[in-house]
Amino acid sequence: MTARAARLFLALSAARLFVEPAAAGEVPLSERRSGYEFMSRETRAMQDDDTGNPGTLWVLDGEALWKRKAGASDRACSDCHGDARESMKAVAARYPAFDPALRRPVNLEQRINACRVGRQKAPALAYESRDLLALTAYVTRQSRGLPINITIDARTRPFLEAGREAFFRRQGQLNLACAQCHDDHWSGKLAGSPITQAHPTGYPLYRLEWQGLGSLERRLRGCLTGLRAESYPYGAPELVDLELYLMWRANGMRMETPAVRP
Amino acid sequence: MNWREACAIAFSILVGNAFAGDSIPASLTGAKGDPARGRAIVANRQVGLCLLCHSGPFPEERFQGGLAPDLRSAARLSEGQIRQRIVDSTKLNPQSIMPAYYRSEGLERVAPAYRGKTILSAEQIEDVVAYLTTLK
Ligand code: HEC
Ligand code: HEC
Repeated sequence: MTARAARLFLALSAARLFVEPAAAGEVPLSERRSGYEFMSRETRAMQDDDTGNPGTLWVLDGEALWKRKAGASDRACSDCHGDARESMKAVAARYPAFDPALRRPVNLEQRINACRVGRQKAPALAYESRDLLALTAYVTRQSRGLPINITIDARTRPFLEAGREAFFRRQGQLNLACAQCHDDHWSGKLAGSPITQAHPTGYPLYRLEWQGLGSLERRLRGCLTGLRAESYPYGAPELVDLELYLMWRANGMRMETPAVRP
Repeated sequence: MNWREACAIAFSILVGNAFAGDSIPASLTGAKGDPARGRAIVANRQVGLCLLCHSGPFPEERFQGGLAPDLRSAARLSEGQIRQRIVDSTKLNPQSIMPAYYRSEGLERVAPAYRGKTILSAEQIEDVVAYLTTLK
């Protein structure tokens, strides 16, 4: 190799070094922290102990709903999918996922409702209703401890890019971007509470402030309201794109549903 | 916006430009603000929002921000420099996370309730400026 070629090679491999971590997500895996790591010892203990974790109530409700026949088809989820502990293992870790019929990614709540309406011939469950949260929590519970695993292909890339664009866009009367808090200032405190890196590892989760279980979209709507920005209705494509970006950004992190947050 | 506020904005833009964005020497209302009212605005989490990011001499407020300098650092600034930072700090630092308190244009996706409105009124900003100048 000539000296010039060697220099070029070195320059190129140095460039790769800087480019690669960004390609795998804006915060390198080794520096990523779940919201869990920012919590007090008491709140962590509440999440860690299934009997003390209030989210367990929704998971148990979800298990019952999984086995209950519903709709004109008079079939239960379990009639098609069997034991969720087998069939639903690692499924939530790859949602939002591409829906060929809608030609766009759908989140887990939308996927569950597609089965309700299409297969069970039952009415869709309302967003944030006890039953939809329970079924979502039960299905997602089957991914607890497993790594988030979003793969992007030509069909999903435009939606990932839309979500990323939204994350970096200043918006609302306060004119702030998600990234300004969650990428640039995650070690800081907003009015005394930790900002965190906004990883969606624990949803649906129990928030002490909500006194109940809530979805990732509920949390996103909360941050948007805080910015005094226009919010989106539940299930809006813009919210699902953001969810896809956040899940992809957290690739490799372990799922913790049902988590607890302050 | 009334005609007085419109004049004040036009004036502040002119003056602001004249000082390369570092200072707005003239009061937005033409009058001095009230420091006691200003202190209440700064401490109020729904009105001033300052303590979300800043800390300051507010022993009665338990949860203060840790994203920005303590407000006592304003002591080294002139009244006009303080006013500029509240009106629009992105004039000094385009990357600033501090919201522009006297700006209602060029913002994206503002919630309907806040659309076309500034975060604080000219009077409120003068009250806050008056309070911050007492921190010297
Ligand atoms: C001004 C700062 C700020 C901005 C801007 C902001 N957030 Fe947040 N965000 C917070 C704070 C504070 C929390 C609360 C941390 C907690 O208690 O879970 C939070 C929590 C979250 C969480 C929950 C993390 C967890 O562990 O459960 C997500 C996800 C999130 N934000 C996403 C977003 C998105 C997407 C945007 C833009 C639409 C955004 N945030 C804008 C301050 C901000
Ligand atoms: C979302 C965060 C945020 C909010 C809310 C906020 N600030 Fe700031 N402020 C900052 C940051 C960050 C700086 C540091 C300079 C910069 O980055 O622009 C700053 C700088 C300042 C300075 C200059 C300090 C110095 O030493 O140079 C003053 C004065 C100030 N802010 C006053 C206020 C007042 C008064 C309010 C409320 C009416 C307020 N800020 C609300 C984030 C904020």
